[in-house]
Amino acid sequence: MKTRRDFIKISAAGTGAAAIGLHSLKLRGFSLLGDENEQTPASDEEMTPYPTYCEVCFWKCAGWTYVDKKGNIRKVIGNENDPHCNGRLCPRGTGGIGMYYDEDRLKHPLIRETKPDGTQYFRKASWDEALDVIAEKMDKLRKEHGPECLALFSHGTGGKLVSHLVKAYGSPNISAPSFAQCRGPREVGFTATFGEDVMSPERTDIRDTKCLVLIGSHIGENMHNGQIQEMSAALENGATIITVDPRFSTAASHSKYWLPIKPATDMALLLAWMHVIIYENLYDKEYVEKYTFGFDELKEHVKNKTPEWAYGLTTIEPEIIRRTAREMAAASPRVLVHPGRHVTWYGDDTQRSRAIAILNALLGSWGRRGGFYNPESVHVPNYPHPPYPKPKRSWKDAYPPGKYKLVSEVLSTGICDATIPNPDLDCHLRGWIVYGTNLMASLPDQKKTIAAINNLDFLVVIDTMPMDITGYADVVLPECTYLERYDFLRTSPHREPVIALRMPAAKPKYDSKPNWWITKQLANRLGLQDYFQWENIEELLDWQLKKIGSSLDEMKRVGVKKYPREYDDLYNLENLEDFEFNTNTGKIELYSTELEMEGFDPLPNYTRHPEPPEGYYRLNYGRAPMHTFSRTSNNHNLWDLMNENSVWVNPKVADLWEIKNGQYVWLKNQDGIVSSFPIKVRVTERIRWDSVYMVHGFGHTDKKLRRAYGRGASDSELVSKVYLDPVMGGTGMRSNFVTFLKEKPGNNREEVES
Amino acid sequence: MRYAMAIDTAKCVGCGDCVVACQTENNVPHGYCRDWIVETVSGSYPNVQIELRSERCNHCDNAPCVRCCPTGASHIVEGGIVMVTHNECIGCGACIESCPYDARYSHPEGYVDKCTFCKHRVDKGQNPACVDVCPTHCLHFGDLDDPNSDVSKALKNRNWKVLAPEAGTKPQLYFLI
Repeated sequence: MKTRRDFIKISAAGTGAAAIGLHSLKLRGFSLLGDENEQTPASDEEMTPYPTYCEVCFWKCAGWTYVDKKGNIRKVIGNENDPHCNGRLCPRGTGGIGMYYDEDRLKHPLIRETKPDGTQYFRKASWDEALDVIAEKMDKLRKEHGPECLALFSHGTGGKLVSHLVKAYGSPNISAPSFAQCRGPREVGFTATFGEDVMSPERTDIRDTKCLVLIGSHIGENMHNGQIQEMSAALENGATIITVDPRFSTAASHSKYWLPIKPATDMALLLAWMHVIIYENLYDKEYVEKYTFGFDELKEHVKNKTPEWAYGLTTIEPEIIRRTAREMAAASPRVLVHPGRHVTWYGDDTQRSRAIAILNALLGSWGRRGGFYNPESVHVPNYPHPPYPKPKRSWKDAYPPGKYKLVSEVLSTGICDATIPNPDLDCHLRGWIVYGTNLMASLPDQKKTIAAINNLDFLVVIDTMPMDITGYADVVLPECTYLERYDFLRTSPHREPVIALRMPAAKPKYDSKPNWWITKQLANRLGLQDYFQWENIEELLDWQLKKIGSSLDEMKRVGVKKYPREYDDLYNLENLEDFEFNTNTGKIELYSTELEMEGFDPLPNYTRHPEPPEGYYRLNYGRAPMHTFSRTSNNHNLWDLMNENSVWVNPKVADLWEIKNGQYVWLKNQDGIVSSFPIKVRVTERIRWDSVYMVHGFGHTDKKLRRAYGRGASDSELVSKVYLDPVMGGTGMRSNFVTFLKEKPGNNREEVES
Repeated sequence: MRYAMAIDTAKCVGCGDCVVACQTENNVPHGYCRDWIVETVSGSYPNVQIELRSERCNHCDNAPCVRCCPTGASHIVEGGIVMVTHNECIGCGACIESCPYDARYSHPEGYVDKCTFCKHRVDKGQNPACVDVCPTHCLHFGDLDDPNSDVSKALKNRNWKVLAPEAGTKPQLYFLI
């Protein structure tokens, strides 16, 4: 079936990936240097290092890009002065040059055209032409429907520039899947408790903890660099690690306790832990007395939440629940019940994050060494610009009044809702800009995303790679990679306030451009030039840096600069200092007055979640250390470390289905959706018999990603059932169930050749 | 002087950073590698153990690859590093067959290649690239004859094992367990 926006595979000329089968258990390495390959190792002294910070994931580790005398980028090495990485990049950062050398990059601006016979295709365009088309569409939208009809999805540093443009244009609809599809429940749950959120990088003092509790958080497979380094340091220092995970994760293998919990029952465990800690008098009494509100209500609330009660739900033995609770208490306050990052699981995720926050409060770990530190960032002033226009409406108007009052960021799924016309509600979005996020993989329920896209007047995609989302665009703009561009300074909070510079180590390859140039060009065309009064980004950066006692010249030499702390201490509650929390009561709210006011449970309750139907298994998904989301699967270095995902199946289940290790199967979910591609089975004792596991981000459908196309299966397309978090609109994605198809199913994908 | 490496299996998370860092440092061509990760799983759910190991050439004291090399291209240099002189190698592959660790590969340009302990860096007093990149600090390198070297200190207070001791190769990769 043709739609008005057919999916276009970016090039019809692309050949299939040259399959290089090389796989045993060994991770085989690939060089990236292609025809510029040199046989001799490059000596550091013969190369020029340029400062950068990584953009392969959100951790943004600072490093040095080494360029040889011929101008070839040879390697990226961590900056020793950077607290995000301490001189050591992760595999993705080390392999970041694969992004630069990728032959499948977006090379030219593309404009969607329709042939007389109705087929749609992308036409190579000049920058002027592509920018003119976008400006014309944006201008028309603004005049005919108002600037609030534009929405932005963004991920990554360059998104700040597009956000600035969109705010100047007059729209408040700036969203990132990192909220409603990832860490949102944690931020809302912690803010409801402590009046502050967890931030990124997380304010978790893993380095100095004596007891680290991970609930579904698979540090080591999620390669959040600073956290892995600190977990390793904590292990060295003899810290206890308690890992709760239905899968024997890498972190579990390094833990003193692994609690192989039945999926979807974490809340019961958390409540039982609270029960033990309160009723065995193990909580931090002075801390709870001084800082918290609602202890008596909590005590009553968890009175019957005994380990014996939790046993039946979680399958974790009562004695283990007691013993682990006592371990935490023994380490208190240097204990850290980690809030996790991707926490949109079952739809009651804000409440589960609340339970984690409450447990930390009982253990007195917030504001304490080995618990949660008090981060600080450098305040970098904005380059002067006129005030942003005040939007008259927003995406929230697509919902009944009062809904999502506690939502602190824009919901990306809310943008979809506000784009699909609904006769009863004000759904008004008509234009999208998508920057650096592959919505086909980052949002659940692809059918809905596509329905929203089909209601758009225009869709602009800015990216470095032909991701699945680019096939839906009207105009595609090729951005150059982070190694070829300047960006805004990195100012993320840390123990010490710190800034980092990214500067180009090479000229942009092909006809790609940096995002600062793209947004400034669009601003000029839209009459918004007053918001971009700088000539180029070097002028802006130098102006900003001089305001904080540095300069672009200095930052080019050092890459990273630390500043002294100006505000409270790093551990601001270490000695029970007076402190007023940013909550209604000024206290840590064990009992949340804010949630109560909005009609939600003021204390977290256990909710039973759907169970797999017979013959189906819960689909759990997660990260591999060498890949970020779906964005790195075509990176040559990283592709060779891992070039497809596999589905983990317990041997008992494999026997039942007569499935062998290494066999390819298709997965079918509870709604009858079958994976577009087959996935390799990994029969392993590391997974429970009621669930399967796969790494997110594979099964790309765009043939232009020659290495990644068709390799592995996409978990995102199997996540068609979403359980919305009533508090903050997070999309609970872990109540989807799959079964195995051993034969190739009938073609279930609509494909339109171009 | 005796260079050696200790790999802490209690810390390794198997991320493959050592593999990528080796590629970019040494321009290892497409489809090959000088170091790699091995994951072994034992037990049955829920009593499972994993061992993760970053492996490479063992730079053996009694190196079969050197003994069987017909041209002398494979040789041992100061500090015990096993090296291959590319332009003396005829690519016969005898060394590949003789290695109990599968540490060598045939380079597309016709010679045999493998880990050099990043000799070009070690000669300047630096660590091999894999050691300096590891986010978990699970790799320790240095001179076994120097009691204050990283590797000596790492081996001092920990139990360790070597791979395929029965092969009699006297390997110099030590896996801390």
